[in-house]
Amino acid sequence: MTILNVLDAQGVTIRFGGLTAVSEFNLSIRPTELVGLIGPNGAGKTTVFNMLTGVYKPTEGEIRVNGVDTKSLKACDITKLGAARTFQNIRVFKTLSLLDNVRIGGHIHYKYSWADSVLHSVKFREHEEQAAQEAIELLSIFDLAHRAHDEARSLPYGDQRRLEIARALAAKPKLLLLDEPAAGLNTGETAGLMAQIHEIRDRFGIAVLIIEHNMELVMGICERILVLNYGKTIAQGHPEAIQNDPVVIEAYLGEPADA
Amino acid sequence: MDSFLQNLINGIGIGSIYALIALGYTMVYGILKLINFAHSDVFMVGAFMGYYGARIFSKLMYGSSVVEPGWTLFLLVLAFSVACCGVLGYLNERIAYRPLRNAPRIASLITAIGLSFLFEYGGQMVFGPDPKFFPQLLEKKQIEFFGTSITSHLVIVLVVALVFMGILQYIVYGTKFGRAMRAVSHNYETASLMGIPTDRVISITFVIGSMLAAVGGVLYGLSYSKIDPLMGIMLGLKAFVAAVLGGIGNVPGAVIGGLVIGIVESFAGASALSTYKDAIAFVILILILLFRPSGIFGKHQAEKV
Amino acid sequence: MRNWLVRDVLGITVISAILIGLSYLLGWLPIPGMAYYNRVIVTIGINIILAVSLNIINGHAGQFSMGHAGFMAVGAYTSAYLTYFHFQPFLATMKEGPAQFAMQQVLFLAALLAGGGIAALAGWLVGLPSLRLRGDYLAIVTLGFGEIIRVLILNIDKIGGARGLAGVPAFANFFWVYLFVCIVVIVSWRLIRSQVGRAFLAVREDEIAAEAMGVNTTHYKVQAFVIGSFFAGIAGGLLGHYLVYLNPGMFQFTKSFEAIVMVVLGGMGSISGAVLAAVILSVALEALRFVKEAFGLTADPRMVIYAIVLILLMRLRPQGVLGNREIGSFFRRRNGRSE
Ligand SMILES: Nc1ncnc2c1ncn2[C@@H]1O[C@H](COP(=O)(O)OP(=O)(O)O)[C@@H](O)[C@H]1O
Ligand SMILES: [Mg+2]
Repeated sequence: MTILNVLDAQGVTIRFGGLTAVSEFNLSIRPTELVGLIGPNGAGKTTVFNMLTGVYKPTEGEIRVNGVDTKSLKACDITKLGAARTFQNIRVFKTLSLLDNVRIGGHIHYKYSWADSVLHSVKFREHEEQAAQEAIELLSIFDLAHRAHDEARSLPYGDQRRLEIARALAAKPKLLLLDEPAAGLNTGETAGLMAQIHEIRDRFGIAVLIIEHNMELVMGICERILVLNYGKTIAQGHPEAIQNDPVVIEAYLGEPADA
Repeated sequence: MDSFLQNLINGIGIGSIYALIALGYTMVYGILKLINFAHSDVFMVGAFMGYYGARIFSKLMYGSSVVEPGWTLFLLVLAFSVACCGVLGYLNERIAYRPLRNAPRIASLITAIGLSFLFEYGGQMVFGPDPKFFPQLLEKKQIEFFGTSITSHLVIVLVVALVFMGILQYIVYGTKFGRAMRAVSHNYETASLMGIPTDRVISITFVIGSMLAAVGGVLYGLSYSKIDPLMGIMLGLKAFVAAVLGGIGNVPGAVIGGLVIGIVESFAGASALSTYKDAIAFVILILILLFRPSGIFGKHQAEKV
Repeated sequence: MRNWLVRDVLGITVISAILIGLSYLLGWLPIPGMAYYNRVIVTIGINIILAVSLNIINGHAGQFSMGHAGFMAVGAYTSAYLTYFHFQPFLATMKEGPAQFAMQQVLFLAALLAGGGIAALAGWLVGLPSLRLRGDYLAIVTLGFGEIIRVLILNIDKIGGARGLAGVPAFANFFWVYLFVCIVVIVSWRLIRSQVGRAFLAVREDEIAAEAMGVNTTHYKVQAFVIGSFFAGIAGGLLGHYLVYLNPGMFQFTKSFEAIVMVVLGGMGSISGAVLAAVILSVALEALRFVKEAFGLTADPRMVIYAIVLILLMRLRPQGVLGNREIGSFFRRRNGRSE
């Protein structure tokens, strides 16, 4: 019996006017795999995420999430297939509470209608109780439960990133996509976060695709790494192999080693 | 055939006034991404400045406020109204919009709506709510034209509108200021980082837009003779539709959009649809936004995530 | 098993009983000029319905609509058409008495709901193009829709066209208006504390993030329009059957603007804010009527003052009086809840 890949991207290319931001991108992810997508700034990593999650439509190529072709699907439908993401430039719902942020994350699992909400039906109440409980559990994983009723914008930067991860997890995805989750964190926080991502993968049994711009950070936790440069995949494989790949080293030489 | 030509010419007449107003909308939107609802009221003020200007200059020139038609008077009145509205546009931007530059966009939009109502109903208090008759600044003659007769005023409207559109076209595409303006409109942050004095560019844009609206106001008064403080509401909305039709932010697009709306309305007004005339511009707007949201000439821009 | 339904039916019954009691009280109070105060109170109620329903679209779902008066007109004319041409003649064939009275109430409710329903349909139609539009474009399209609706009504001779429709049956009263005030507040309150309402808020906060969390933004925008227009239609129906007269000029976009001022003043997204602002503005409006008479003004100072309030508000307190909170949260905070 073959196990279905959570993601299959084949020959994915996107052009903005004359600029080919990503070309011939191929990536398959098996369930529970932890994969890193690295590359210098502007390499096209975020653009890959945007195509995988339906924000952009690829010019060419095919993307399958849990076996389903996403060509004609909207972003919200792709989430329903089991792919949830975070954003590089934080996009939490700023004026909503942490609890509401996470509950919105679980949106696709709500089964009651507006009529149930207005009439406060039994279905509504059972669902709400369960959803609130699950949301609080998710917030506790990130030590945010005690602030469940505060506005998201009142959180420090690092906590907002963690809230975004909690929100994405609320969708119970099979594939979690994290766009530079460590951006803006200090070294200690980053190490903690990376360990936590690893834990999350084990605890929920989901696949994770993580974008990082600094390659050392992901070396420790990823099982497989893919390197982008100018929209092209220049290397792919085990972390050690990548680390010693002359092509990768060259791509990174122009980049100052910033953290 | 006669009536066809007649409708076409009438449409071009009102269309060029829409176009003059639309230019102000399109320039401000291009730069600030703001629908300056108060713009249509600057147009109204322009018409009223023409009305009062005519009396003032008649008094100064002939010692009587009874208006004698003449080119000198017309040009003086036009210049007076243009100057007043230029100042008004500057003040609008300075007092109402600039303090909100970093506020959420909705705050500017609501301010624009508030400002618009302030001018309209404040105008009712200052100028009086009843319509006024715009003085005959120029003698009205009938001109025979391919078998139909058109008024000399219509010809003047077309010529003056064309002259000012030409000047604008030159400013935007032929001067250093125009280049700065286009840069700010393309990307506000980058332009400001490149050392372009964005605040000044925005101020001047408001001033130019308001001056064009004043020209529109005087020309409107000249050819339709009845003006009132609420006249800007409908005209302004239609002019905005014209700007959207031509692709917002696009200068030649606004002119063509204005002409299209004017002509379509003119033909509709002469047909069985005449009682629906006021709704036509909005129907066009909705169709455009549904099928070609970036307008006829606009380019679609994807949002970066 | 269905005890929730029992509870809600009971709740509505209690509210109705209280409202009926109140309306008798108001009729009985020996205050000179009570009829006038009654009219003011009913006007306030209709404005609350307008503000709270617009708040669902503008405040909760963040879709800046400027066409609320259009939906109101649809509801007003639909329900008036039914009562004027069909229900009133039917009631006239009945014998006077409790049966006729009861029938009148039932038919009026049906007419109001039909008006709300058709207005909701119009809201759905307007909501559709709004899927592709953001902020200010939407504002202008909704404004345009409102105008289109008005021009259409002007052209329908059967319902009076430009002359207006005189002799709409006087079915609306304090009871009906405040019953719907209670309903719109409860519905809006419950929605916003459910996943539907949270989806509205997500759309308002960040469409791209909402979409990424599986929220079908299109669907919820349209839903907000449908619900909001439904109640605007109800408000229109109540207005027509209270004033016993309708004309298209009552639904010009100054009316939409009034509703916007209420929502913005109260704080976009705050239900209690919308209620509060509707009360304050309706009372201020009456006061201004006296100002106009006292100073012999030829023009209505109302709109000028609205305009100044809006401009100053955006400058000094853009979030409105209550921000996006509810009145209650201010008291809770004082009792030592963390920020
Ligand atoms: N919507 C867009 N329109 C035009 N160019 C874009 C758009 N989105 C991304 N790009 C371009 O694609 C390239 C890759 O960007 P991005 O994926 O954000 O890089 P990374 O995430 O690797 O730093 C950049 O040159 C960027 O300017
Ligand atoms: Mg990136």
